[in-house]
Amino acid sequence: MTQNTGKVVGVNGNLLSVKFDGSVSMNEICFVKVDDTALKSEVIRIRGNIAQIQVYEMTDGIKYGDEVEFTGDMLSAELGPGLLGQVYDGLQNPLPVLAQQAGWFLERGIYADGLDHEKKWEFTPTAKPGDVLRAGEYIGTVPEGPFTHKIFVPFYLLGRYTLKSIKEKGMYTVKEPVAVITDERGRDIDISMSFKWPVKRAVRCYSERLAPVETMETKIRLIDSFFPVAKGGTYCTPGPFGAGKTVLQHTTSRNADVDIVIIAACGERAGEVVETITEFPELTDPRTGRSLMERTIIICNTSSMPVASREASVYTSVTLAEYYRQMGLNVLLLADSTSRWAQALREMSGRLEEIPGEEAFPAYLESYIAAFYERAGYVRLPDGSTGSVTIGGTVSPAGGNFEEPVTQATLKVVGAFHGLSRERSDARKYPAIDPAISWSKYKTVIDADKSSYCKDILHKGMDVASMMKVIGEEGTTLEDYILYLKSEMLDSVYLQQNSFDSTDSNCFADRQRYVTDKLITVLGSDYEITNKDDARIFFNRMRQRFIDWNYKAFESEDFKKAEAEIDMLYSDGKGVLTGAAQILLKDGR
Amino acid sequence: MRMNKVYNRIESIVGNVITVRAADVRYKELAQITTRFGRSLAQVNKIDGDIVSLQVFAGGQGISTGDEVRFLGRDMRVSFGDELLGRIFNGSGEPRDKGPVLTENMTSIGGPSVNPTKRILANRMLRTNIPMIDMFNTLVVSQKLPIFSISGEPYNQLLARIAMQAQADVIVLGGMGLKYDDFLYFKEELSKGGALSKTVMFIHTASDPTVECMMIPDMVLAVAEQFALQDKDVLVLLTDMTNYADAMKEIAITQEQVPSNRGYPGDLYSQLAARYEKAVDFANSGSVTVLAVTTMPGDDVTHPVPDNTGYITEGQYYLKGGRIEPFGSLSRLKQNVNGKTRKDHRALMDAMIRMYSSYKETLEKKNMGFAMSRWDNKLLKYGGLFESELMDLSVNLTLEEALDTGWQILAECFEKDETGIKSDLTDEFWPEN
Repeated sequence: MTQNTGKVVGVNGNLLSVKFDGSVSMNEICFVKVDDTALKSEVIRIRGNIAQIQVYEMTDGIKYGDEVEFTGDMLSAELGPGLLGQVYDGLQNPLPVLAQQAGWFLERGIYADGLDHEKKWEFTPTAKPGDVLRAGEYIGTVPEGPFTHKIFVPFYLLGRYTLKSIKEKGMYTVKEPVAVITDERGRDIDISMSFKWPVKRAVRCYSERLAPVETMETKIRLIDSFFPVAKGGTYCTPGPFGAGKTVLQHTTSRNADVDIVIIAACGERAGEVVETITEFPELTDPRTGRSLMERTIIICNTSSMPVASREASVYTSVTLAEYYRQMGLNVLLLADSTSRWAQALREMSGRLEEIPGEEAFPAYLESYIAAFYERAGYVRLPDGSTGSVTIGGTVSPAGGNFEEPVTQATLKVVGAFHGLSRERSDARKYPAIDPAISWSKYKTVIDADKSSYCKDILHKGMDVASMMKVIGEEGTTLEDYILYLKSEMLDSVYLQQNSFDSTDSNCFADRQRYVTDKLITVLGSDYEITNKDDARIFFNRMRQRFIDWNYKAFESEDFKKAEAEIDMLYSDGKGVLTGAAQILLKDGR
Repeated sequence: MRMNKVYNRIESIVGNVITVRAADVRYKELAQITTRFGRSLAQVNKIDGDIVSLQVFAGGQGISTGDEVRFLGRDMRVSFGDELLGRIFNGSGEPRDKGPVLTENMTSIGGPSVNPTKRILANRMLRTNIPMIDMFNTLVVSQKLPIFSISGEPYNQLLARIAMQAQADVIVLGGMGLKYDDFLYFKEELSKGGALSKTVMFIHTASDPTVECMMIPDMVLAVAEQFALQDKDVLVLLTDMTNYADAMKEIAITQEQVPSNRGYPGDLYSQLAARYEKAVDFANSGSVTVLAVTTMPGDDVTHPVPDNTGYITEGQYYLKGGRIEPFGSLSRLKQNVNGKTRKDHRALMDAMIRMYSSYKETLEKKNMGFAMSRWDNKLLKYGGLFESELMDLSVNLTLEEALDTGWQILAECFEKDETGIKSDLTDEFWPEN
């Protein structure tokens, strides 16, 4: 292919107009030559012989007539062993490598391979010559950290192939051919342990997509027991600033019951990424006993990094997630924040002078958001195993108002909604997920009836609370007042959770089931209480005992002691289980 | 080096933006315009074929279509070095004091962002002796924090007090749309406190041209960054970022950009973030901490400027009624440091805020004329003590003194198990009288 070139004829922020001669394709990657660097860019609109391109870098110093080279390729991620534990920018440049080359700052025009091309990996063949293969089926494996990394027939190969030859078990780099396959016309194709995939295209090399039925434990009580997330499902966490979106995602990334976590820090603070990079290598993944970093990939395109690569970063992240799903693994992609991605779209749309939609977001915002979340899914793979990509996105609505376009477009396509509220975070009720507005379509880790029973107490108590604001405490009946205290207690001992305490933050499903039963006993009982002051004192004490209990390791001596304190107070209060609670607490539920 | 090109024909003048037909001009390059009122810098902000748009620092007033435009072949730079300390400059980088023009060691402004892997976790507390900061929302070295405030609040006084009391090697102050009185106030306070000799000021006052306002943060941060790379802990103070955003809005509208929200350009978030993210703790070197006043038009935190800022910064101090409000105020990085100050710090902080929130609810009930229960009366007493002993901005206590005061207040108002604090802590810290 001859080198296709063009010339810059206009500069407006990071949008360039380029006059070209040959043929240019949409979303093609090109490089703008400025001084002695070449800046990576992507074609986003073509009109006549003018291509408009977004530059993934600062455009200072570009002038009329500067040369542009088109590559013929779309923006792609390099897939193969060695992705885990990496810290990439939005274009899959490993940041530590850039730091070695450029020092403190992200100097423009410096790019590095996504995978280490020198490192050798131990390849074990699993396919035999003569095997018939399709894209997404594997021919061998490589150990990568705690996982068995599968080596695939590249996803972009259409049709059926016959394995002609395959290398023996041994050490190879990701670029060395390890097998030769033959297509239906008899042409040979070399396969190495890595290949490229255009990030804006979904990987569909699975046999079928299944409904997400298995709950993904996050160890957060409020989520797992009331507003759960399923493996292969999607959820969103909108909230005003300061409501704790990032802390919530951070806790989830540490504790979620999945194989691999991909963190897409999209247009957010660099400091938060530093926190993850610093902490994760020190933390242990309880599932494997190895460093948490070995199951994590960080794609970080923080807020001060160029906006066009911010847009690319979410696609790069989801592509890596799909790649690991293809190995039969459960992958969680946490995108913080999808609003920044939407804003990147808005910035480019504005420069392209497109007719703006609501709040100047482009008209295609909804379909882009839907297409992104649809890349999640629980799938059956060609070898019969299953894998999943779960996507959790934060949304940063302007002014904390959920009526804005990004939140609304997201709510249409996700399976669970964790709405954070300013009132709860102001009152330091963390996680500040508002039980009054949140919902989930997935299965809870505790019994569904128990979950609704608790939610019911919560909602009734909240109703009493808002009524009390009007009629005052003295106008409230003792019965209602106790209901209110019960719901307050449920909120503070079960919904609220200390994410900075290692025991409390890690409340796994068994513990949640155990604690809920105890809670239902306490909440589902009538007591010999005759006035409101006594009621408040009783439930304050009960609350205190439950909080102490939360900080004790499950089934430890201290745990049992703290539980005995609760039981003692319960019998002091002469608690009598109500009928509804009795039914719920019957054995075997 | 190519010759500086000179053009004598200005095609259009709209607001502060002019266009000329010119070739071989680079995006963001500087030019000098000579008018009958003197010279001004201008910067290329758009190239469309051979039509080049420039924003004129001194503004469009009085520019004639026949005025001379000379391209300088360089981008905007600022001099850097120890001789900057004690000096005051304007938004074009020219001296505002009587000192000499500095041309040594020129450094580009608005440079690339720091590689996140070269940053280190912010983990040093910056003590201010203001309890609402040290105890409840600890400030951390390399943090970026705005002070949200309505006009009329003593935000510049707070900024000056922090500047005097916080430990920093160098202070870089950026004034945008600053009232002249406030400029004099800063000068006077800093020299009274003996801090002027470690301070550099870049000042744009309300009467200076708009485009110069837009240059201030970049100059301030470029200088701060250079000092930090020389192992200095730098404190950057910016006041007021809303004026900065308004300047951006003005230019964007002049250039017919599609506005996104209340007239602000769609890239407001990215523009603000590019500045705030200059706050950094360099591994094995210095740091930049940024405190920036953001006035909220109409006390509306959902206004695009404070709203976007809140999403960028690591929390915010919310100044209201002359006090740092506990609700709405937040230091996101406090968790990095308040676990190793004193073991009761976190629990006490959370409990006191929770109680204060209950106090506010009770106060509301009281104002509506409801009878107060025993519990309500406890809360009312608590709220009063909390406000006078800890919240008042005149209170000057070390962190440890503030924590002790906190326990004292709780003990005066409540029983141990009414506080919701873990028993291990109340057993140890509850005052015995």
